[in-house]
Amino acid sequence: MESLFETFKARAEAVSAEVHRFPTRQGAFGFILGLLKEQQVLEGPQGGALWAPGSFLDGAARERLEGEAPGIGFQVTREAAAAARVGISQVDWGIAATGTLVADAAPVEQRLVSTLPPIHVALAQTGRILPDLAGAMEHLDPARSAYLSFITGPSRTADIERVLTIGAHGPERLIVVFVDDPERGH
Amino acid sequence: MQSTFRKSISVALQNPNLAGALGRFSVAYREGRAKAYEGIDFEAVRARIREVKSDAAGRLDELAEIFKRRAEARGAKVFRASDPAQVRQYILDLAKARGVARIVKSKSMASEEIHLNEHLREGGIEVAETDLGEWIIQLAHQTPSHMVMPAIHMTKEEVTEVFNQEVEPGQTPDIPRLVQFARTKLRPKFLEADMGISGANIAVAETGSLVIVTNEGNARLVTTLPRIHVAIVGVEKLVAAFRDIEPILTALPRSATAQLLTSYVSIITGPVPNTDGTPKELHIILMDNRRSDMARDPKFKQALQCIRCASCLNVCPVFRLVGGHVFGKTYTGGIGTILTAWFDALKQSEDIQGLCIQCGNCKVVCPGLIDIPELILELRRRLAVEQGQPALQKAIFAVVNNRRMFHAVLRAAYLGQKPFARDGFIRHLPFFLGQLTEFRSLPAIAPVPFRDLVKRIRQPKGLEKAAFYSGCLIDFSYPELGEAVVRILNQAGIEVVFPEGQTCCGAPARYSGAYEVAAQNAQDNIQALLAEDVAYVVSACPTCTVALKQDFAAVFESLGMTARLEGAARLAAKAVDFSTLVRRLVDEGRLSFKDGADLGRLTYHDSCHLKRTLDACQAPRDLLAQAGYRLEEMTECDMCCGMGGSYSLKLPELSAPILERKLGNIKAAQVPLVAMDCPGCVMQIRGGLDKDGARVRVEHTARLLADRLEPDGP
Repeated sequence: MESLFETFKARAEAVSAEVHRFPTRQGAFGFILGLLKEQQVLEGPQGGALWAPGSFLDGAARERLEGEAPGIGFQVTREAAAAARVGISQVDWGIAATGTLVADAAPVEQRLVSTLPPIHVALAQTGRILPDLAGAMEHLDPARSAYLSFITGPSRTADIERVLTIGAHGPERLIVVFVDDPERGH
Repeated sequence: MQSTFRKSISVALQNPNLAGALGRFSVAYREGRAKAYEGIDFEAVRARIREVKSDAAGRLDELAEIFKRRAEARGAKVFRASDPAQVRQYILDLAKARGVARIVKSKSMASEEIHLNEHLREGGIEVAETDLGEWIIQLAHQTPSHMVMPAIHMTKEEVTEVFNQEVEPGQTPDIPRLVQFARTKLRPKFLEADMGISGANIAVAETGSLVIVTNEGNARLVTTLPRIHVAIVGVEKLVAAFRDIEPILTALPRSATAQLLTSYVSIITGPVPNTDGTPKELHIILMDNRRSDMARDPKFKQALQCIRCASCLNVCPVFRLVGGHVFGKTYTGGIGTILTAWFDALKQSEDIQGLCIQCGNCKVVCPGLIDIPELILELRRRLAVEQGQPALQKAIFAVVNNRRMFHAVLRAAYLGQKPFARDGFIRHLPFFLGQLTEFRSLPAIAPVPFRDLVKRIRQPKGLEKAAFYSGCLIDFSYPELGEAVVRILNQAGIEVVFPEGQTCCGAPARYSGAYEVAAQNAQDNIQALLAEDVAYVVSACPTCTVALKQDFAAVFESLGMTARLEGAARLAAKAVDFSTLVRRLVDEGRLSFKDGADLGRLTYHDSCHLKRTLDACQAPRDLLAQAGYRLEEMTECDMCCGMGGSYSLKLPELSAPILERKLGNIKAAQVPLVAMDCPGCVMQIRGGLDKDGARVRVEHTARLLADRLEPDGP
């Protein structure tokens, strides 16, 4: 797990993603709240940050967040996503060799929060990092998801004079937050 | 060649941005690509891609039906269309029926191929391209010049001008701001559009899935926000199985943009929910447009292995000079020439196929393992069959194929130009011939051709014999090079014979599409070279060696002359290039190097055919090092010198700048000597350096080794 994480981190950072890791959900959520504060969307009005459903976000966690961070919205609509500064979603797998995140993005909320806001925070489980693309393909089944989404770094373009520019149509920042043990300490 | 085409080349060459941008990119690409493939077995990956795509190309109809069934089972609507008009009508009808006023598109070369935007606009529908490069060229009313980077031919100043004129004044040529501007202007279009049109990079038959690869994230928006998604997919994108995605996804980003993976890859299988919870309407159009005809053609079927990475453009010495617009159609570069010949018409490739100098760079990097240079030669052959050989070309080949007459004509021409020749060079030629010597001096024609000179060389009667195949340049211009080869082989106890019946290797005819002439050359040479029982047939010209080893058989096969293949195979088994043979003799202990010489520094130029067809670039390096030379590699040592046989006569305006870059790299190596294994390259580079005035000696490896080898043993 350690070496897969290290490889993932190196590869993802090489394509301008930001990678963080926490032992528990509590640590990860604390980090996200800090980020929202820094982005001045923590206190509201609601909708500066938009959090799409995911297994880390169980009832209790959501209730607590609603109390602590009035800026977070949980009703993901296209209008809300278009207006939000930060989108938060959970992904299913990581691919170490390329620094890639893989998610079942069939639920439209998953796509809205990861495409429209300028900052995308992706929550992932450290133990679900796979070595390479070939390994990942074995876990993917298009029969079970109508929209499988691979994300490797923030949106980019080099269409003008081959100059790499981050932040084309998608997020200009991709912040990956790994949790080692999402079941513990919450 | 049409004068409008020639003019488009001249316009491209005079565009300083084009050469600058593409020249710089080609250098960065080479390094970036190599790095992206670190730890990946490229040969294994491309062998898998070939297997997967070739299998699919062999059963397009079957896979299209399976795809249709599976995708429709998931709720998509699949429409199979044979020609562009059907595709356009389908989309127009759908748009009308659903009350679509606005469309956003992510990149689709298939839609470019059928000029979809124009038709939609004529139908009263607003269409916005959203890929930045595509949006720029849409605003500028141009066509893409590159499959992956459509606007690579434009500077940021030009882009600013286009934005100012077509969108909103007040923009400045600051790239991040221009990108931000595009994001801001296109975002409402995504949100307001009723329909999104995308292409697809892969279509998986067994699951009915589409795979879309992008960096900007526009395809994710196009497939998410509008209530209708239409994907236009060329049937060559079909693969049989879901697992077949993996090798293509491994190669495509690495070969296209030197990335390990693009920012986004989406695998879409059936409709997804819309943002209001209703299911999206998903239409997939599988477009044939002559792809099935291609698949049935035994030669061109392999072109369907293309994954549209454009690496054949990125490594092409001609593309980096002229860019994509001289190709005149949607698809550009090497593969574009082939696709244009099929999707438009063979006749449309008449001029552009001539741009290929046959250096073979593209073949080495193609992740689909397509032999692009060979397919371009096949286009040439078919064009020649369709249109007949020009009378002048016929007359030229008649002379070239008669060795004595050819030498006599050249020598007479040379003597006629004697006032123009000085110390072994022709520097200026009068009248229309002037263009030939504008950028390089031509070698003088030797008074006695090698075929006569060789008779005067006193050779030991060896036990073993080698037949020497001289080719035109050694025979007529560089007989001293032939002498060097004879001396070296004599040292190894080999007697060299010169079969009188040998003639032109047929490369000029083959490269002009005149396969019947090339076949006659092949037959004459096979007869002459196999008449005597020799151990080797050696040539000091890699292009000739390739002819002896491979092309004779290929030409016979093309023309269905199967009875002649056996002779071609016997000759191929004996044929060997000079350096490979000498290294073999050294390894066998039949030749050894004289001791202890420091012969100074040199750099080595890889000739295209030696490096990429014969894969023999290490032998001369080893031999030169053993002889006592210190090798210092130059930048782009294996890039074409621009000679390309008759290419430098047909397109001197391209040959000259390719040579100029080569000369620049040679001079930058700061060595007094440059070695190479091809007399054609010697002619081009020596002539170029002579014109240039640079003091760098140019020699064939044989000449540099001649004094340094001796028989092995005490």
